[in-house]
Amino acid sequence: MFMELTPAEKGMLDGKNSKATKKGMEILVALGEMFGAKKLIDVKSVQIAGVSYHNLEEAGLEFLEKMAEDGKVQVLTTLNPAGMDLEEWQKLGISEDFAKNQLKVIDAFSKMGVKTTCTCTPYLIGNRPAQGDHIAWSESSAVCFANSVLGAYTNREGGPSAIASALTGKTPEFGMHLDENRQAQVEVKVNANIESFTDWGALGHAIGSKVGKKIPLITGISKDNADEDKLKIFSASIATYAGIGLYHVEGVTPNETTTPSESIEISEEDIENSKKFLNDAETIDLVAVGCPHCSIEEMKRIAELLEGKKVNREFWICVSREVANQAKEQGFVDKIEASGAKIARDTCMAVAPLKGRFTGLATNSAKAVFYGRGKNNFKTTFCELDECVAKAVE
Amino acid sequence: MELKGRKIFNGKVKGEVLATKDGISFYGGVDPATGKVVEKGHELEGQSVSGKILVFPEGKGSTVGSYVLYNLKKRGKAPAAIVNQECETIVAVGCIISEIPCVDKIDILQLKTGMKVKVDGEEGTVEIE
Repeated sequence: MFMELTPAEKGMLDGKNSKATKKGMEILVALGEMFGAKKLIDVKSVQIAGVSYHNLEEAGLEFLEKMAEDGKVQVLTTLNPAGMDLEEWQKLGISEDFAKNQLKVIDAFSKMGVKTTCTCTPYLIGNRPAQGDHIAWSESSAVCFANSVLGAYTNREGGPSAIASALTGKTPEFGMHLDENRQAQVEVKVNANIESFTDWGALGHAIGSKVGKKIPLITGISKDNADEDKLKIFSASIATYAGIGLYHVEGVTPNETTTPSESIEISEEDIENSKKFLNDAETIDLVAVGCPHCSIEEMKRIAELLEGKKVNREFWICVSREVANQAKEQGFVDKIEASGAKIARDTCMAVAPLKGRFTGLATNSAKAVFYGRGKNNFKTTFCELDECVAKAVE
Repeated sequence: MELKGRKIFNGKVKGEVLATKDGISFYGGVDPATGKVVEKGHELEGQSVSGKILVFPEGKGSTVGSYVLYNLKKRGKAPAAIVNQECETIVAVGCIISEIPCVDKIDILQLKTGMKVKVDGEEGTVEIE
């Protein structure tokens, strides 16, 4: 063993706390040794992915129930989206059998002391790390946002390793927890107008296609075109298509980096090609926005666009329960629901069991395009939020 | 002959090798109910991993794969041990939560399907009998 453990950490590994803590410590020590960590460090918060019963199935549920027998979280821990709205699942066409199992998953997490927030945007609802905080998050879009936009430090955890960190309050110190591994590896000179949400989504895809897994320093983008909602949707896209957990945007993101010697250019043509790649649907029978989950500003915009209109297609607005509650107080939810559109709380189009129910998806999220195609065989239309709403009502 | 590698998860077990040069994605690639490899075009497509010393270069695919290993173990369909060239997090975490002995950093080309071997997860070794 190469890692130095404190007496308290050794105690956890020897099973002095609980069986679940012991298992968690075994996971962390094994990963630490594999990746050459010298020690474990404390984490401020945890975000757990692998919540939808659609992905977990019976085995995942059994594992969670076993960990919940005696495991308790040691730090603030929030949950990724589930496979359904936890209360109004019938509205979304979810089967009773699925709902029963999904609720068992949520119960197991709840028993461990996890906040059952069920959102991919924990940073919008109270789990918002400060710059320099070490955290252990799964959910690739949230990892990318936390590292890049908030300046927190996290690796891309899987479901079980995030649970291990929640039960112990620790993570092995390697990878993205060390400044030397957070430096840009390639400069991406953007010679294209990146302004709208689909521009940002297409940029994530274009960078993924051209540079793959390297940490980019993106230059040539105006700060005025990089608000938090745009960086949210960009984080999801670049995490999906480039497989990375950190990027830098010159003059926008807070992390310091050296300028790499290698550089590539992204042109208008590259952005257009990415948009073409993301569009292949001829007919649409599902419109879905909120990947990542909608912010209150997005809810406001959707409400404005839908006011006094009726939707003619299935339209899901995916959002955390907490942001939906704020939107309800401000009158947005009533306006949206009066149109016949559905507020999908706690879940989203990427993790709900949708295969076979629809064929053509319109969305403003490049990430949703990837999962819609890969998991559900959807054809896709990739367009702005306003156009998504227009397609739902046309 | 003894091959020396690295411990991922402990446990000693003897068994018969099932080897492939292809990576394995347990999520979507192996049926948790039968233990059979179902990935289209995989070298082991149609063969069962149950009870075997499963030898492959590295894991791939979704992190949900860790839970598939757990499911296989619960149903008695898991491999007896896993030997990798380079273990990654999905297989490592899967072996830890399912308590399947696992060793990596082994020259897996030395291990052929049908060989009888002894895997020692604690020592990180594979002995060819």
